[in-house]
Amino acid sequence: MATGRSVSNNAPLLEVRHLRVEFPTRRGTLLAVDDVSFEIAAGEVLGVVGESGAGKSLTGNAIIGLLEPPGRVAGGEIRLEGRRIDTLPYEEMRKVRGAMMGAIFQDPLTCLNPLYSIGRQLVETIQTHLPLPAGQARKRAIDLLKEVGIPGAEQRFDHYPHQFSGGMRQRVVIALALCAGPKLIVADEPTTALDVSIQAQVIALLKRLCREHGTAVMLVTHDMGVIAETADRVAVMYAGRVAEIGPVREVIKQAKHPYTKGLMGSIPSLGHRADRLTQIDGAMPRLTEIPKGCAFNPRCGQRGLRCLVERPNLMTAGGSLAACWLHDRQGVGGAVAGELADA
Amino acid sequence: MQSVAVLLTVGLVSFFLFRYVGDPVNAMVGQDTPAVEREALRVKLGLNDPAPIQFVRFIANAAHGQFGLSYRTSEPVSRMIWERLPATLELSFCAAMFALLVGVPMGVYTGLYPRHWSSRTLQAISLIGVSLPTFLIGILLILFFSVILRWLPSFGRGETVTIGWWTTNFLRWKGLEALILPSITLGLFQLTLLMRLVRSEMLEVMRTDYIKFARARGLTNRAINFGHALKNTLVPVITVTGLQLGSLIAFALVTETVFAWPGVGQLFIQSVQFSDIPVMAAYLMLIGLFFVIINLIVDLLYFVVDPRLRGQMGVRAGAH
Amino acid sequence: MASRTAFAQWLHHAADSDIWWSFKSSATTVVAAVVTFLIIAMAFLAPVLAPHTPFDPGTLSLSDGLKPPVLVSPDGDWSFPLGTDDQGRDVLSSIMYGTRLSLIVGFASVVVALVLGIAAGLISGYFGGSIDAVIMRIADVQLTFPAILVALLIDGLVRGLISSERHDEIATFVIIGAIGLSFWVQYARTVRGSVLVEKNKEYVQAARVIGLSPAVIMVRHVLPNVTGPVLVIATINLGLAIITEATLSFLGVGLPSTQPSLGTLIRLGNDLLQSGEWWIVVFPGITLAALVLAVNLLGDWLRDALNPKLR
Repeated sequence: MATGRSVSNNAPLLEVRHLRVEFPTRRGTLLAVDDVSFEIAAGEVLGVVGESGAGKSLTGNAIIGLLEPPGRVAGGEIRLEGRRIDTLPYEEMRKVRGAMMGAIFQDPLTCLNPLYSIGRQLVETIQTHLPLPAGQARKRAIDLLKEVGIPGAEQRFDHYPHQFSGGMRQRVVIALALCAGPKLIVADEPTTALDVSIQAQVIALLKRLCREHGTAVMLVTHDMGVIAETADRVAVMYAGRVAEIGPVREVIKQAKHPYTKGLMGSIPSLGHRADRLTQIDGAMPRLTEIPKGCAFNPRCGQRGLRCLVERPNLMTAGGSLAACWLHDRQGVGGAVAGELADA
Repeated sequence: MQSVAVLLTVGLVSFFLFRYVGDPVNAMVGQDTPAVEREALRVKLGLNDPAPIQFVRFIANAAHGQFGLSYRTSEPVSRMIWERLPATLELSFCAAMFALLVGVPMGVYTGLYPRHWSSRTLQAISLIGVSLPTFLIGILLILFFSVILRWLPSFGRGETVTIGWWTTNFLRWKGLEALILPSITLGLFQLTLLMRLVRSEMLEVMRTDYIKFARARGLTNRAINFGHALKNTLVPVITVTGLQLGSLIAFALVTETVFAWPGVGQLFIQSVQFSDIPVMAAYLMLIGLFFVIINLIVDLLYFVVDPRLRGQMGVRAGAH
Repeated sequence: MASRTAFAQWLHHAADSDIWWSFKSSATTVVAAVVTFLIIAMAFLAPVLAPHTPFDPGTLSLSDGLKPPVLVSPDGDWSFPLGTDDQGRDVLSSIMYGTRLSLIVGFASVVVALVLGIAAGLISGYFGGSIDAVIMRIADVQLTFPAILVALLIDGLVRGLISSERHDEIATFVIIGAIGLSFWVQYARTVRGSVLVEKNKEYVQAARVIGLSPAVIMVRHVLPNVTGPVLVIATINLGLAIITEATLSFLGVGLPSTQPSLGTLIRLGNDLLQSGEWWIVVFPGITLAALVLAVNLLGDWLRDALNPKLR
């Protein structure tokens, strides 16, 4: 199953197998994440891209065990260093969070408690997970602040979140996520809320720190540019499923799934010398009305009859895996009636 | 600003009441006093001076605690109020403590476990608490604990001890006993209000990103619930408690009537019934003053709780 | 985004019967509505339904005094199912007449507050400047004081201005006015806010150009806009007004004992409480509590259903 950079022979750091996330609603249960499987090796950066609503953030939340009710993991399993974590009781999972897995959320402006100084929030997190006396915890916190590039870390230690700019706050958030030395960081759109000029700095910082600390990252974003610069491998999600997963160069240069192709075509400077940007017609279906067969079939230019009835699972496609019948030996089946002229 | 406006308005209303609604001269002399004598008295009291001068004089007197004589008892109003003030303050203090010490924990609990049956029960009971008028709560408590069970006294302050001019209930068992029912009566409404407020604030705070992030950092539930979450609910709670303290003192007059508690509220009711204007004016000024003091305390507490305000103040101070 | 569309949306929202749906789906609300309806029916049919005319002295007999309720005591008399007070008045009949008075005063004072508040809000918002500043300052200061205190003050003021016999005659109107005056602020603020929003809209400027009075046009647009919020405030205030009236009457500064409301009945009964005649105070108390609770529940539901961004 291991794809792309087949780096290690040991068990991967994170394994997600057949994950399903459900949302019971008044109008029935929505399947927001449907049979998602992937793994992340130690120190690896996995980018997860997709439109909003594709299920990428929910997958991240499911991994850190913080799905907001009524959302719940309805199937599959999540393993961290071989240990199953999706079924852990709250208190056990709490000890994993922060210590083994850190998280970074979208908006640095709202992620810090406005009433506590950043130093206090750091020390509190450190002392929750590591048996350090106050003095050493404080030193570790200041070192981290220096590491994430907060100028005058000693003085800034006692400052409150509102005294920092957005970019600086996201640096503090990164320090908080790293402060107990986790093996994995789930970063959910870490730069979306920031100024464009600061985004690159923050991403570069995150990448550098994780490399230095040997921390793996699951980088959830809808920004292909960020992925291209940062990730080792990339997973493309569509309507709650993984459409394609593979090494980042492979996916960008030779996308295997028609959706990924469309996605790459819509990004300037990444498409193959396209004269004009392409766009994918239509919109991602709502979770209540996912079509039969392949979820992408209404928007797909290469669909066949098989795509309307049978749902494709991930299958080998060059150096990647793609959930598309184009890569199956039997193909997409006959042409859909009325589309003969197009084909 | 608000405080100044309140004091000014209250002063104006009091002055208007004092000067134009009741005629101080009529109240001081008999029916058959000749007009000449009345006129002499008017001049002596300065009632013929221009209104602004009279107003300034009224405010100056009020600042010295002088509100003239009561129409009803002919005693100095200030003395009547001083005598009764400790009773009202002690009652209000106990009620506020009761409301805070019971209401806030209940609010935290129902906010943390909104779906638990006990939270739902408390929430339903609190709705009844908000709907029951204070006096009815008092009567029902008297009926149950005084008339039927005969556990607690139903009227008066019981035994008090006088320290200087202050009379206190706190130093005698009988006095403390007498405080229980009135304090519960007065505090119950505030309690339910606080509980509902803390609950809804808690629910709101628990949905915020920084609580989610605190969870993602693996902090203990204890640290999240009672540190991060509770502290963030404090600002609105302080605001409402401050606003409610004023109404607590005002609602004390209902409670005092139910329990024949000899406080300033009871005095005010009597003065309304007899249209004893100087006492009404003095009471009004007193409430206004309380409001201003409470507002000041609330502002100070904000300052302690919320670093963002401190920051602004610092910047402002630095700029000058 | 003209107000017309806002109103249309509101109507559509209502007609979409989300409201009806939320009403039916909330058992508490249905019960509250039924209780409210029953109490109102009981109160206004009092002359027909009540077994006695408790405030006609000719029909009273002291020998009927202090009879306990039939269900708890063998001394009870079936012609006085909830017992009698010390004057021999039937408690049930007193409650029916008393509730009627409480409801009349409650509704009337809400109407007074509504009219005053809407007028103040329109004037304040339309003219702006110093008129606005004065009205809103008064509103701010008044909000500082609990409604009960404001009402007490107004009542005391009226008592100081007129003789006490005159006062008893017009007591009902004094109370209605006093309570109305103590509740106008919320309406005024809501309406003023809406006026300020409308004021800068193009159609108001356009009205000026084609020679229509902008004031008239605005009133026509503003009022439908605030129907929802005002209705919610009014429902919640109805409960408060009933409580305030009952409290004033209980304190002995409200309605006189010749025209007793629920509050007056409770005050009269309270004097007899110590000697164990609990029924004289408990039944009116339960009626009052049930009425206010039911009205409050309806108000809460209405607020959630219309969701006019209050609070």
